[in-house]
Amino acid sequence: MGALPEFAFARPATLAEACALLAVEGARAVAGGTDLVPNLRRGIERPAQLVDLGGIAALDRIEERDGALALGAGVTLARLADDARIARVLPALAEAARSVAGPAHRSAATLGGNLCQDTRCVFYNQSEWWRRANGWCLKRDGDTCHVAPQGRRCHAAYSGDLAPVLLAAGAEAETATAAGTRRVPLADLYREDGAAHLTLAPGEIVARVFVPAPTPGRRSGYRKARARGAVDFPLAGVAVVLVVRDGAIAELGVGLTGTNSRPFRLAGTEGFVGQPVDDALLASLAKLIQKQVSPMRSTVTQSYYRRQVASVLAQRLVRELAAG
Amino acid sequence: MPKRLLTLAVNGRRHEIAADGHALLVDVLRDALGLTGTKQGCDGGECGACTVLVDGAPRLACLTLAASVEGRAIETIEGLARSGRMSALQQAFHERLGTQCGFCTPGMIMAAEALLRRTPHPDEAEIREALAGNLCRCTGYVKIIESVRAAAEARP
Ligand SMILES: Cc1cc2nc3c(=O)[nH]c(=O)nc-3n(C[C@H](O)[C@H](O)[C@H](O)COP(=O)(O)OP(=O)(O)OC[C@H]3O[C@@H](n4cnc5c(N)ncnc54)[C@H](O)[C@@H]3O)c2cc1C
Ligand code: SF4
Ligand code: FES
Ligand code: FES
Repeated sequence: MGALPEFAFARPATLAEACALLAVEGARAVAGGTDLVPNLRRGIERPAQLVDLGGIAALDRIEERDGALALGAGVTLARLADDARIARVLPALAEAARSVAGPAHRSAATLGGNLCQDTRCVFYNQSEWWRRANGWCLKRDGDTCHVAPQGRRCHAAYSGDLAPVLLAAGAEAETATAAGTRRVPLADLYREDGAAHLTLAPGEIVARVFVPAPTPGRRSGYRKARARGAVDFPLAGVAVVLVVRDGAIAELGVGLTGTNSRPFRLAGTEGFVGQPVDDALLASLAKLIQKQVSPMRSTVTQSYYRRQVASVLAQRLVRELAAG
Repeated sequence: MPKRLLTLAVNGRRHEIAADGHALLVDVLRDALGLTGTKQGCDGGECGACTVLVDGAPRLACLTLAASVEGRAIETIEGLARSGRMSALQQAFHERLGTQCGFCTPGMIMAAEALLRRTPHPDEAEIREALAGNLCRCTGYVKIIESVRAAAEARP
């Protein structure tokens, strides 16, 4: 892998300046660079201009009011992992941040970059000569998907650790362009297409993430399965937020990552409200997860394992959180 | 592509360097400043050999655009020795055989240095966590962890 391709570089101090720079065709945002720079080095991405969001103080804030959080997209994962307010209000987010890559990644990597990281595949996260030898692939520069050659879409897996937690907690994203800002449910940021998994318009960035205040007594957790204990993406990752009242579920949110081309909130968990956390409930939960995940052969680990482990992680986590 | 003038503060000294906008910190340190202690061991973000400190926090120089750390305090392995004497942490790696071929060592030591500044007396789990992103093909890690622990124990 050689040096980086050529691009111009700007480091604006305000969000407005950043949006103006990003409105130009070929411009691309960079935050910590821990996801984008390897892809630049591998010739996967060739932006004409990088706009570094790291100099924008307004994106670097964590605010909390009565349990509701407003998180700047530029906050680093190291900070998320250590912040006392997050540990109190949504401990799963700190857990998830702590589980990303290694310490030297986390001191650069940001919330926005984590949410908007590229999808991953064994046929994609490779050097230029490796991909060329394989005729590239549908996601970039080629016309066949080596994972599902008959299909017409890319099945690369979204593998960010933070999104499932924020989805389980019902977060919203504030996005910004030169034309202004809008606020959307976080789930709307993603679509089930490995080659175009973000719904952001060209030049549009995530500015902040809002997490609503929790119901009293809410517990949360995050678990990921990975091949090694550190510096590894989730083969499957599960976030759970749970409120148990008088022995019955009052609220249950489940977020998943690593299994599909987008992170998603498990549909149908409202059906469990009012039920106790017992074997029958956990069996139904596992069934629901198996129905909605669709891991493909985009990792060296078999997709069958990723499907199984997603539901097992969720069962264990719900049981653990219910036990307190 | 026009070069730009970068002002980088490395090991307490200001350097003005004419560099490309797309220059990586690891290349600027090694090629422009001659600080070859920082190693490049992989093709991007996987091995930790390029670990340096930016404002005291560990960072991978191979994933860091040099222009993004202008004005920040950058420290490399060369900044640890004082008038020709190794730091306590370097000395511990030397005495406890925490280094064999030495290729991972600068990154290991900078990652450990960041830990000891934040947590002067870490337990083994904290040492392992702090070094989790640094790969070593030689030592099997046992001696590395011993070295960091020895340096911590020698502290007041
Ligand atoms: C060895 C290694 C291991 C890793 N392990 C993990 C892991 O276990 N879990 C995990 O989740 N990730 C992992 N990562 C990926 C990466 O480190 C994280 O996703 C990180 O949080 C990315 O954040 P960043 O700020 O560095 O993003 P960048 O690399 O700066 O950006 C990533 C992408 O997001 C876009 N972007 C950045 N900020 C914004 C914004 N505000 N709005 C819109 N778009 C934006 C960029 O244009 C780019 O496309 C790993 C990376 C490496 C190299
Ligand atoms: S899933 Fe197919 S198209 Fe997508 S990255 Fe992998 S091989 Fe390429
Ligand atoms: S050279 Fe930077 S992590 Fe390997
Ligand atoms: S001493 Fe050789 S790689 Fe660590």
